[in-house]
Formats: sequence, structure tokens, C-alpha cells
Amino acid sequence: MRASVLYDAPGPRGRRRNLVLTVLFAVLLVVLAYLGYRKFDEKGQFDAALWEPFLRADVWVNLILPGLWNTLSAAATAALIAVPFGFVFGMARLSEHTWIRIPAGAIVEFFRAIPLLIMIFFAQYGGSAVFGLTVTSFSAVVFGLVMYNGSVLAEIVRAGISSLPRGQTEAALAVGLRKGQAMRLILLPQAVTAMMPAIVSQLVVLLKDTALGFIVAYEDLLNAGARILPSNFRNLIPSVIVMALIYILINVAVGQVATWLEKRSRRSRKTTAKPVAPPDSVTAPASL
Amino acid sequence: MRVRRIGAVLLAAAALATSLAACSGDDKFVIGVKFDQPGLGLKQPDGSVKGFDVDVAKYVAKELGYSDDQIEFKETVSANREPFIQQGQVDIVVATYSITDARKEVISFAGPYLITGQDILTRAADTGIANVDSLATKKVCGAQGSSSPARLVEKFGEPWKGQYLTEQQGYGACLPLLEQSQVDAISTDATILAGFAAQSPGKFRLVGQPFSEEKYGIGLKKDDKETRDKINNAIDKMFKDGSWKKYVDANFGEFGQFFASPPALERY
Amino acid sequence: MSALFDELPVILGAFWLTLRLTLATAVAALVLGTVLAAMRVSPLGVLRTVAATYVNALRNTPLTLVIVFCGLGLGLVLDVSFSESLSVNYLWLSIIGLSLYTAAFVCEAIRSGINTVPIGQAEAARALGLTFIQNLRHIVLPQAFRAVIAPLGSVLIALIKNTTIAAAIGVAEASLTMKSLFERHQEAVVPIFLGFALGFLVLTLPVGLLFGWLARRLAVAR
Repeated sequence: MRASVLYDAPGPRGRRRNLVLTVLFAVLLVVLAYLGYRKFDEKGQFDAALWEPFLRADVWVNLILPGLWNTLSAAATAALIAVPFGFVFGMARLSEHTWIRIPAGAIVEFFRAIPLLIMIFFAQYGGSAVFGLTVTSFSAVVFGLVMYNGSVLAEIVRAGISSLPRGQTEAALAVGLRKGQAMRLILLPQAVTAMMPAIVSQLVVLLKDTALGFIVAYEDLLNAGARILPSNFRNLIPSVIVMALIYILINVAVGQVATWLEKRSRRSRKTTAKPVAPPDSVTAPASL
Repeated sequence: MRVRRIGAVLLAAAALATSLAACSGDDKFVIGVKFDQPGLGLKQPDGSVKGFDVDVAKYVAKELGYSDDQIEFKETVSANREPFIQQGQVDIVVATYSITDARKEVISFAGPYLITGQDILTRAADTGIANVDSLATKKVCGAQGSSSPARLVEKFGEPWKGQYLTEQQGYGACLPLLEQSQVDAISTDATILAGFAAQSPGKFRLVGQPFSEEKYGIGLKKDDKETRDKINNAIDKMFKDGSWKKYVDANFGEFGQFFASPPALERY
Repeated sequence: MSALFDELPVILGAFWLTLRLTLATAVAALVLGTVLAAMRVSPLGVLRTVAATYVNALRNTPLTLVIVFCGLGLGLVLDVSFSESLSVNYLWLSIIGLSLYTAAFVCEAIRSGINTVPIGQAEAARALGLTFIQNLRHIVLPQAFRAVIAPLGSVLIALIKNTTIAAAIGVAEASLTMKSLFERHQEAVVPIFLGFALGFLVLTLPVGLLFGWLARRLAVAR
């Protein structure tokens, strides 16, 4: 249903009323923005000295970009491990052997149910307390990201494979393929197309979650913005605002890729499955 | 013809590889410092590191016979200082590193090169705080994972913690809270407080009534007595030739008065 | 293991705080999210733009950053203060941060629910002469809510887990308490972790089951 069916096309009076309301809300917004501006100004947050660092090349090269690099490398490392993790556990949950299916299911459900930060803290303290390992904040963050996102990806993989019509498996077995071959040659290639958008959106979530590294003092982008820059320029608020903009830009860009992939897979005839919604999806299933 | 060209490329690659190997050879002296502590070790926009610890480290390195371009600074955070030394990722650590018996089990310390203690920073205009007892009814900011807030909670109890203490991500986040009167005091090592406060002259007051003792030492591999003696000699020389005083004044500004004289070395 | 039992009051207290954070945020985010969803389908372009910008910005910002901004920024710049007690003050600031963030997801859920209501329903409402607000209130939203019970359950589960990020501004909920217990009982890291993990399982699993059951029970028969 398109939103526009919620109201009639406005007639002359409706148009006038809409215009009045639009102006009213616009004025309200401007007033709110102005009040915010006044408060910022009052507290000296528009001081040029606080914003000027963001115009300097050396600040970007030496302070901000290393943080961004660390954020991206943590995200990339975690993604590279989480995706195979997801495929292995997703297929394990579809296994015919109970002794594979049940433990895999328990692991996936466990790591989806507990908060990421708890896992990161556990990796940090448990690693040294139990195994005598030195756990850097990088490995702690990557561990948490892999376990959580890997488990969500496992659910995506499971949903992707289950969404294929049964006939695909039956036909594959009928022509004499073994189960492994059917999975590898028939099911997986189709499922991957269907679940690609969901995987990419989960990777956006993963990228966003790297910011948790800030809480365990990982030298990521948020750490650069909320700790290193303010230590130099005492500009915590401006700095946090600029960091937010950087995060939004990156995530919107990756999100666009997900949307593009989804459009493509919806058109695609290479698969018999519909695009898979991520588990824990916050949107209602489209076909009701 | 083609063979010769390939040969030339290979030769060039080999030459490049050897020159790279030469660069990453053993003649570098890697020093672990803090990157986020103004006044002690702070990464600058130009990529260099600045602070009291850094000055001490440079002096010691020079005395050990390393030139400026052989010195390499590497970030260490509180949690990874011992492992970095043990694994040889750094040669020495000069990073607000308190000498404790527990740490002496796994690494060695030269120094101390500075003695500090947990102190209190307030707004310059706020004269209501005279010593640690004044904090019983004052809002205090501390850093998560730091031992300083824990010491106050031990003194004043859990109800005080709920009412008067907030623990943020690092002392840098506490500073704006203090400046805008969201809290009344920040409490941790006097050096850390002095480093932050020296950035905004006239805005803050360091109470100067320390209620603990921290001896900052230079961490190095356990039982490397030869290097430890050399570093101790270098520190001794730094104390005597006036460099120590110069570094204190350069990095702590008006708060240099709280670190008036160098400590006694503890050779072992 | 004994550490776990000795510290049981502390652990239960921390989870009680997690629960309060969750409930306060859930109510605030549901209200704000519904308003945002109504704005996104409203006839006024300015409201649609504002709501869309808000949702896209918040969904693409890390929650840690949102909470740090609310914890430090609201107090520092806008003089927002709730209590003389610092811990209560930061508790409320973190509830604001969590609500602002969660509302964006609630809005997306409800908007997708609105899309499941057949066109005929809204057309019939218009034919009866209902205005946009009446149409939403009496016809569209009641059906939309029933369609998105399961997604809202997912949002709630995510919220329970997200409350841990209030640790970023020093709110002593479950995760920060777990960390300080780790520091106090280095020999009992594993049992303490399992205790807290169990606590979160107890909080999240029944929510999933309850919302799944509700979704089936209240599904609009078509």
C-alpha cells in the first residue's frame, strides 16, 4: 500500500490548510534549530578554534584517518571470519545428524541472545584469566563481532537455503547427485543470490558495532574523535558531531550497496528463492 | 631481450628488499609511551608525540647512544605494557608506569624518575575543596578502569558512589564536565591532572594534597641489569644537569611547582 | 563459583537496572517511533522529510556514539539535568540516547506494518470521509500494529541487549557490573560470565517466545 492512499488528493481548501501547516512546522523547526544554535553559541561551541582542526590536513592524516583505518580493519577482519562462520553454522543447523544440528543451534542461539559488549568484556578478561593469553582490544572486539554477527549470518544462511523450493533438492537427488553435491551445486548458488542483500545489511550492522571498541579503549574512529582529538583541542562536542557524520556517510554508502543488491536479486532469474529478510528483521514480511 | 628485462626487474626488487631489510634492522630503539595523555605523552596533529614521559624517554635514549632518527615511539595503553615488554614489541616503556611489586615479578624498572600521587583538580574559582575529605559532598569524575575512583569509593562507601561519582571513558571526557560545572572535581594522579589543566591556563586549580604515592619508573625486560644500570645513570644525569626541571616546567606549566625536586633513584 | 553467589545481590541489582532502562526506553521509543511513522506517511512534505532524515541519520550512527553524545552533549550544551544524584542523571541521559536510537527502528517497523494493510481499507475509510489522522488512528494503525508484533519483539530484544552500551557513560547496568566483578574476582571470570549470560538469556528468550505467540494470536485474518 502506498502512503498516499491514506489521504485524498487535497482540494483547494485542503491545499491551503496543508500550506499553512507546512509553514507552521517549518517555522517551528527553524525556531528549534535557532534555540539549539543559541545554546551552542552560549557555551562557546562555535568557537573557530574548536572546528578549525577539521580543516587541517595533518589532523586528518595523523589523528583521524588512523582511527578510521583501525575501525575498517577491525570490521574487515571480523567480516572475513564471520561470513565463513555463518555458512558453516547455517549449514550445520540444516544437517540431518542430530549431533551436529543441536550443538550448532545452541551456539547460534546463545550468541544471538547475549549482548555483544558482554562478549567483548569476556574475551578481554577471560582470555588472560583462563588461557593466560594477552588479549589486545583489537582481538577482543573482533572476537565479539565474529561470534555475534557470525551467528546472525548463520540464521540468514539457514533461511536462504530453507527458502528454496523442496523440488530443487528432490530433483538434484533424483538425477543422482549426492547430498553434498546437491548442496554445493544446486542449493548454495541459488541461496547465496537470495541472501546477498541480507548479508550485506548485516555487515553494515557489524561496521556500526565496531564503535563498541571505544568502551574497551580500542583505537578506532570513535576513540580518535572522543579521546585523542579532545585531548589536543578540547573540542569534544564538535569532534563527536564530525565523527557521527563520517559514520553516517560510510554506513549509508554500504547500505546503498545492500539496496542495489536486493533490487538485482529481486530481478534475478538465477534463483528460485525470494530475497531473504535478515532474522530479527524490524520490518514486517512484505507478503501478507 | 626479455630475459634481460626480467633479470633487471628481479635485481631491482632484490635491491629494494635488502634496503627495506636494512631499514627495519635492529638499530631502532622502540619506546612505548601514552598517546592520549596531555603533558605526559600526547600524539600531536603533526604525528609527533609530546610530553614529560616523551622528553625523559628521548633523553635516556640519547644517553644510551641512539640518535633521534633511531628512536621510534609506539603507543602503549595501561593494559598492554607488561606484555609489550615481555614480547619484545618495545625496548622500554615510559608511560605513567607505576613501580609495583606485582609488576616487578615480570619486568624490571629503572627509576623512579617522578613521584606523584592521587590528587584533586577543581575549577580555579572553586575554593571549597581543600583536600580529599572535602570530596565527601562533591561530585567527582573519574575514568573507567582507573584505580583512582575505586580508592575514593573505598573511602566514602557505595552510597557516595551512586550520588557523587561518575566514571567516563578517560579523563579527557571529565574535563568539559568539570569546566561546565556538571561535576566539581576530577581525582587521579597529579601528573595527569596537571597535564590536562596546563592546556587551559587559569581555568583549573590543582589542590596539591596527594593522598597516595605513585612512583613512575621506566619499564624494561626483566633481569636486563646492564641496561637498567645504564638507564639509571642516564636518569641520574638528567636530574643533575637541570634537564629534569626543564622538562617539568615545559610540560606542566604553572603546575610544575607540584613536582619541585627529582625523586631518589632505587637501584637494585 | 562461590564468587557468583556472594555477589548475587550485586548481580540482581545490575539486572534490575537493565530492566528499568529497557522498560523506560521501550515506552518512550514506542511513542516517539509511532509519531515518526505517522510523520513519514503524512500529507505534509516537511514532516516526511524531517522524519526520513531523522530515521536515516540515527539508523546509521553507532549507538555508542549516540549515547556518548547524549551523556556528555545534552548536559554540557543544553543544560539538561534530571537529578542531583550523578548516577540517576546519567541513567536518564542514557534512556534519552537509547530512546532516540530505538525510535528510528520502531518507526521503520510500524511503517512496514502500514504497508501490509490492504489499500481497500484506507480507500474505504476515505470513502467514509475520515481524515488522515482518523484514518491512521481507527483503521490503519490498529491493523499495522498487529502485523508488526513480531518485528517489534525483535526491536525489544535488541533493546535489552543495547542497554549494555549505557556503560559508555558509566551507567552501572549489567555489563559494566560484570566488568567490575571480573576485576574483583579474577579467578572466577568464567562463572561470572556464564551467570550474566544466563541473565540475558532469561530476559531475551521469553520475550521472543511471548511476541511470537502474540503475533500468531493477534494476526489479522485475511
